[in-house]
Amino acid sequence: MALLETPARETRPPQPATRRRGRGRGAVNANSPAHRGDARLAWVLIAPSLIGFAVFAVYPTLRGLYLSFTDFAVLTPPTWVGFDNYAKLAADDVFWSALGVTVYFVALSVTMSLAVSIVTAAVLHRLTSSTVIRGLIILPFLISAVVAATVWAWMLDAQLGIVNIAIEALGGDGVRFLTSREWAIPSIALINVWKQMGYTSIIIFAGLQTIPPTVYEAGRIDGASELQMFRRLTLPLLRPILALVLVLNVIGAFQVFDIVQVTTKGGPANASNVLQMLIYSKAFGQFDFGYASAMSFALFAILLVITFLQMRLLRANESEVSA
Amino acid sequence: MTATATRRRGWTVGKAAAWTYLLGVLFVTIFPFYWILRTALSDNYALMAEPASLLPAGFTWGPFRRVLGLATTEESIAEGGSGASVELGHFLVNSVIYATLSTALIVFFSTLAAYAFARLHWRGRDLVFSMFLTALMVPGILTLLPNFVLVKELGLLNTFAGMILPGSLFSAFNIFFLRQFMLGLSTEIEEAALLDGAGRLRVLFGITLPMTSGPVITLSILGFIGMWNDYFWPLLVTSDESVQPLTLALAVFKQSSPQAQPDWAGLMAATLVAALPMLALFMVFGKRIVNSIGFSGVK
Repeated sequence: MALLETPARETRPPQPATRRRGRGRGAVNANSPAHRGDARLAWVLIAPSLIGFAVFAVYPTLRGLYLSFTDFAVLTPPTWVGFDNYAKLAADDVFWSALGVTVYFVALSVTMSLAVSIVTAAVLHRLTSSTVIRGLIILPFLISAVVAATVWAWMLDAQLGIVNIAIEALGGDGVRFLTSREWAIPSIALINVWKQMGYTSIIIFAGLQTIPPTVYEAGRIDGASELQMFRRLTLPLLRPILALVLVLNVIGAFQVFDIVQVTTKGGPANASNVLQMLIYSKAFGQFDFGYASAMSFALFAILLVITFLQMRLLRANESEVSA
Repeated sequence: MTATATRRRGWTVGKAAAWTYLLGVLFVTIFPFYWILRTALSDNYALMAEPASLLPAGFTWGPFRRVLGLATTEESIAEGGSGASVELGHFLVNSVIYATLSTALIVFFSTLAAYAFARLHWRGRDLVFSMFLTALMVPGILTLLPNFVLVKELGLLNTFAGMILPGSLFSAFNIFFLRQFMLGLSTEIEEAALLDGAGRLRVLFGITLPMTSGPVITLSILGFIGMWNDYFWPLLVTSDESVQPLTLALAVFKQSSPQAQPDWAGLMAATLVAALPMLALFMVFGKRIVNSIGFSGVK
């Protein structure tokens, strides 16, 4: 979902309250009978959200930070251990291997997903406006990752899976997709791409529709080929949306869990043990909540840096894009 | 080939290639759905004998009978099932409760908050709003473990409240999305109603909310899909089948096969039952869902 994008339009002129903000208590609304009593009602209306924000977002974040400095196994109270968890983290080969596996997965998954989605959206845009086709393409998005992973685990099964049967029928050698070290992560990435591609395509497609057709007419008059127009017109004009789906895809991919849990559970021999899987097994397998919290914060820090870099990328591109 | 055809040939070849690509994408997208159905109507022993058959191998309703708890243990084992009985109907009800309540609450509370941010004038509005917006940046992983501990301390493990509460009060994205839309609505009707003596709440529910129905439905559909498919949070806070949703039941079904070879036919039948409500939603709201997704990204 479009979590990070700036509002496309702000149709309303600034409201009086905004303009006159800071003139002191009550001054804002005094001359507007329509807004008398607004404040009390506003606090009532936002109360549920505010409680949810405080209790299930702010408090757990702070508490998670605290727990990451403790030794905590849920059943006994946490004991403060300072930076022990983080020191352990820095020396933990399993953590670094999980980070490497995760980055590998994110890179594979996001590159494939974006490439397929961009081409699909562009093809859809130029060929057909059929809602039926677009609908069919997002079908995988509607089902749960558990369902998607289960089906693909069956289709990629080493002996009975239809994919291997097809490969062998075409003269190739069977692949142990989910049970071999080298194929586990690419297979999980493929499943993820299958599941996400439609959703990303539809968002890019919607972005394409905001490009005025006259741009393409002009291009055609200048004798540009379809491919040239795609490279010189479509891609640059789409950059803000591409940056958005890039950020969303990367953040989503970093937190992959369901598919791994259903298909490989992190195996074979940690080959697909992604960070979220590791955090889960540390917390609920070994009840090492303090250490798992520290890993959560490490993952958060990584996401923060990546998001920041991508936002910079997005902003850097804006000037180039505006027509 | 005629002269005009030659002139347009590149375009036609390109178009043919594009259609081929699109059909390829559609095939890869849809084939697994067919394969679920085909396997779910197969007999496990026949599956092993002819795994490449494009039609159900040894056609039988057995897997569905197993999944719906209609088959006896002997029947189940005879068909290559584990003999474990899983009543998906019960999990289906849990999923409906979880997804519906969560979605209804979060959309309702978000609408209230969005109205306060878009239409009411109060001190601290911008501050609270920007605080909420920062929550957009925080990934779920950060709050998962502490929220689990909190829900445990509140004694809400294995309850619907424990599953629903943490996600149902506050959604920064929903509030942001609805506020944005409400800012674009004309204030004139509202102000006229206020001058005529209507209360603020009456304006909210009688005028603003109906005008906001489009985005509200968008968020409801997307929210419902997300909650229906949710796996991680229910996995953490429930271990009791009485409240577990379908997504968890599938894993249970998979683990309940002690043999070397899983009960693939049964598993696929269960998968189909789990996906069916979403497919039905798609049949009814297909166009709406497609537009919602585009809308949520580009708006």
